[in-house]
Amino acid sequence: MQTDIKISVQTEDFSQAEEVALLEQSNHSDGAVVTFCGRVRNRNLGENIQGLFLEHYPGMTEKSLSKIIEQAKSKWQINRVTVIHRVGQLSVGEQIVFVGVTSPHRHDAFAANEFIMDFLKVNAPFWKKELSDNGEKWLDARSSDQDKAKQWQ
Amino acid sequence: MIKVVFFAALREKLACSELSIESDNISTVEQVKQHLIMQQPDWQAHIHNNALLSAVNNEMVPANHPVKSGDEVAFFPPVTGG
Repeated sequence: MQTDIKISVQTEDFSQAEEVALLEQSNHSDGAVVTFCGRVRNRNLGENIQGLFLEHYPGMTEKSLSKIIEQAKSKWQINRVTVIHRVGQLSVGEQIVFVGVTSPHRHDAFAANEFIMDFLKVNAPFWKKELSDNGEKWLDARSSDQDKAKQWQ
Repeated sequence: MIKVVFFAALREKLACSELSIESDNISTVEQVKQHLIMQQPDWQAHIHNNALLSAVNNEMVPANHPVKSGDEVAFFPPVTGG
């Protein structure tokens, strides 16, 4: 049974197909389903990346995601929202994050999906440690992510 | 008592993930920081970092936010998920 909002912070991988099926199951009012999936890429700031370690703040992370989704729900006509974020050790090419949004209309689904990702990037307590050819280091936050989130205000 | 938790790069620099402090004479997040530095002077550079974020009971808050006994106060670097 799919509830309207699903939030999961997990070490296990997820199936985009299964998540889309849940968003669509018995859902006859929403003509639009927009999904985003973020993956570990092999290069960052000129370095060869081998993988990532992701840490979070149990409890606060879920509350923060819930708040971001509520904000999106107050701005657009969206019905079902799924946010999955993985933590722990991840290799290049692995899935990190999934955001899926359903709506009667595509504009609302596109906008809400981007809004949720933009605020997840700057407000949800997750931290990435990068493992590259040069060793491991915690990533610095990017001002471009802050700028992107500010555009919604 | 006030529970204080640290995350990510800050947790590693301090070599500490959580501790408890007496809540006497502490009424703001800033005073929690001052108390920590008093107890551990070598933490000063890490705690007095302008980029550091604070949360009280899972809500992101500014340094002048009130703190009381039983609260969980968290300090962490800017977030980098997604």
